[in-house]
Amino acid sequence: MSATINRILLAGFGGQGILFAGKFLASLGLVQEKEVSWLPSYGPEMRGGTANCSVILSDERIGSPIVSAPDILICMNLPALDKFEPAMARGGLLFYDSSLISRKPERCDISAFEIPATQIATDHQMAALANVVLLGKLLRETKLCDEMTAGGVMQNIIPERKKELLATNLNALSLGFRFAA
Amino acid sequence: MAAKVLMKGNEAVAEGALLAGCRHYFGYPITPQTEIAAYMAKKMPKLGGTFLQAESEVAAINMVIGASAAGVRTMTSSSSPGFALKSEGLSYLAGCDLPAVVVNIQRGGPGLGGIQPSQADYFHATKSAGHGDFHMLVLAPNSVQEMLDFTFDAFDLADKYRVTVAILADGTLGQMMEPVDTTSKILGPPVDKSWALTGTEEKRKPNLVSSLYLMPEELEATVFERYERYKLIETEEQRYERYLTDDADIVVVAYGATSRIAQNAIDAVRKEGIKAGLLRLITLWPFPKKPLHELAQRASVFVAAELSMGQMAGDVELAIRCQKPVITCHRTGGVIITPEELLQKIREAASMQSPAA
Repeated sequence: MSATINRILLAGFGGQGILFAGKFLASLGLVQEKEVSWLPSYGPEMRGGTANCSVILSDERIGSPIVSAPDILICMNLPALDKFEPAMARGGLLFYDSSLISRKPERCDISAFEIPATQIATDHQMAALANVVLLGKLLRETKLCDEMTAGGVMQNIIPERKKELLATNLNALSLGFRFAA
Repeated sequence: MAAKVLMKGNEAVAEGALLAGCRHYFGYPITPQTEIAAYMAKKMPKLGGTFLQAESEVAAINMVIGASAAGVRTMTSSSSPGFALKSEGLSYLAGCDLPAVVVNIQRGGPGLGGIQPSQADYFHATKSAGHGDFHMLVLAPNSVQEMLDFTFDAFDLADKYRVTVAILADGTLGQMMEPVDTTSKILGPPVDKSWALTGTEEKRKPNLVSSLYLMPEELEATVFERYERYKLIETEEQRYERYLTDDADIVVVAYGATSRIAQNAIDAVRKEGIKAGLLRLITLWPFPKKPLHELAQRASVFVAAELSMGQMAGDVELAIRCQKPVITCHRTGGVIITPEELLQKIREAASMQSPAA
């Protein structure tokens, strides 16, 4: 992506790792010395089960941290797709977990990537890492970074006490990078 | 370039306080500011400080009074309904001339309200934090870096003027993460606190920290003395930031998270040829009257944008002495203004300009 600003929205159920995936992207921006903002939903919608997260990566000072018209969107459940697909910027990139979302996107002016992320993750005994599979695909299609950089970022953000999870996360990233539909 | 780390705004507030040498934190949990207490709970014991979760907000602010009277840097934090409970203590802090830092990560009100971002405690912070004649110095950060920087500065300001300094932010700033430089803070020399209650060791007369004066003239004299300091603060500490105001016909006035939304809206209307700029307030008290007075000479219309029913707008009108119209752009209750809404208001303001101009 040649744009100097990426407005990314990630949405799904609480527990699917939406905020973690957002944190990964924010950390990537930090490594790339960009201006970065990460804003989670923390309100009643989160307590009721759905979570979303706005991430902005920019070469210039970031104004509002709220992403209302994403140019990159990750959806991990149907309510997320229903709510945010109509809000997407024209020409935006949509990545969605087709294992969990049965309908196809309706917009013709966006590029949609259908990834059976939960299925892929489950097939590799890492059911909880569908978010990371989606991330891998997103990084590849957006060219935000290569797999090696992504691995470095992953290493940075997995806390010390959970280091044993690094290998599976890297594996999940790689599955996403290599997924071709 | 110093390495930056990703931090939540709430964590940055806590880190700023620790860097400023605050070793006594008293609080009580409430969304959306609980990360401040959590961060303090984690870090304070390692620094040999005191983290205490009090039994209530009222208890926490009274512990701050005690710690400050003993001459140490101390802080409490809360969110709107919890912060309101501290009003009595805030007034006592002022009455005793005790330096302290207090943080309000605002959420929607009134009452228990909601937990989403709001700026509806503007009146409380700037005009009526408690009973009696007094002010808090109020700082309004608009980024995670400033959450750290302003909290750090707040301790110096509090000691310098012997006042309470309030950090007035909102749920957005508390919850969001941005890269922060934590490495460039240098602690100044310790401030003279010979008034503090540190034990006489029978070498000096006992100090007294009190806000009780039963003789009206005596009480009046303490208030007069305090207002002399306030006058100095009003001269020395008005802080603000201008964005594209030099040629602006329309001036948006905003603070905190809203000022960042305003930046987007201004960038957008500039592309339409509307000359709009932003006066971003950093201190809410003292209110930056100086730049507003100047801008009123040139600009045609002011737009006050805030997450309250126009609480700040009145101060804008006062500062420009109603020389120019002030229209408001506001949402409340936890709803955030969108750049599009503000853009619409700026267009409206542009259409109000006299055709002769």
